[in-house]
Amino acid sequence: MFCGIFKKTMNNDAQEATELSRPRAIVAGHGEFAAGLVSAVEQITGRGGQLIPVAVHKLGVEDIEALLREKMLEANVRVIFTDLQAGSCTMASRRILRGMEDAVLIAGANLPTLLDFVFADGRAAPEAARHAAARGREAISAHGAGA
Amino acid sequence: MTLMLYRIDDRLIHGQVVVGWGQPLDIGFIVLVDDLVASADWEQDLYRMGVPPEMDLYFHSTSDAIAALPKYRADPRPGILLTGDIATMRRLVDEANVNTVNVGGIHSRPGRVQRLRYVFLSPDDERQLRELAARGVVVTAQDVPGARPVSLADLLAGSES
Repeated sequence: MFCGIFKKTMNNDAQEATELSRPRAIVAGHGEFAAGLVSAVEQITGRGGQLIPVAVHKLGVEDIEALLREKMLEANVRVIFTDLQAGSCTMASRRILRGMEDAVLIAGANLPTLLDFVFADGRAAPEAARHAAARGREAISAHGAGA
Repeated sequence: MTLMLYRIDDRLIHGQVVVGWGQPLDIGFIVLVDDLVASADWEQDLYRMGVPPEMDLYFHSTSDAIAALPKYRADPRPGILLTGDIATMRRLVDEANVNTVNVGGIHSRPGRVQRLRYVFLSPDDERQLRELAARGVVVTAQDVPGARPVSLADLLAGSES
């Protein structure tokens, strides 16, 4: 009896862990931005599996768009976080959004943005992404030197 | 001021251009010369979204750009002219007296060989760059202002040093 309950709890825990690491968004940007942020999210929360880091070294705009689209379709996610408004990944993502009505792009993402997103697993991913964007904006502060 | 940089970059508007060059040079405007973009309103909207409000962005077909270049050269603000390929820049060299060309980014594609971290060239690309140089144009590769400009000879040899 006890063993049965224990086993059931273990199964539930395993299922929950799998659910918490199910991919829900793409992270893309310059250099090692994506891998670095996803690594930080994993270290802090253990939920880095929700984010798929994409690096775009060497690629032209069309290839960046194709790669991001492929990753989104492959993982069935509709959220993209990028680093910079003018960045190539942002530009490519805007093109993708044009034909994907249910997708959301958050440009200018930072670590607090992603942390909020991975903890908002009770919300639909696009809604969680918008909430996370607001949280990321609020999380920036200046200290010292009269700030 | 005048056009500070004539850049070939197949990513057109992106971080290196808007931030990397735009901030240190205090760029007030960008002239984007591309026949496809010049004829597509939604493409122009997309690129405008990538540029800060204090920076103007102008779109031209190659033919229109040739006619409009004197106006931009006389603009008191520093500016950047961008083309997405070598052929477009070559027309500007031939018909609008461009003397220096920055190779800022030509990325991987079938048939191209990597020459620098950010430059991949096909034999035809190389021929076109050599032809620019043969016309007296100073061709260098440089992705961001802090990087050392790479001469065409070094670029074609795949050497950044």
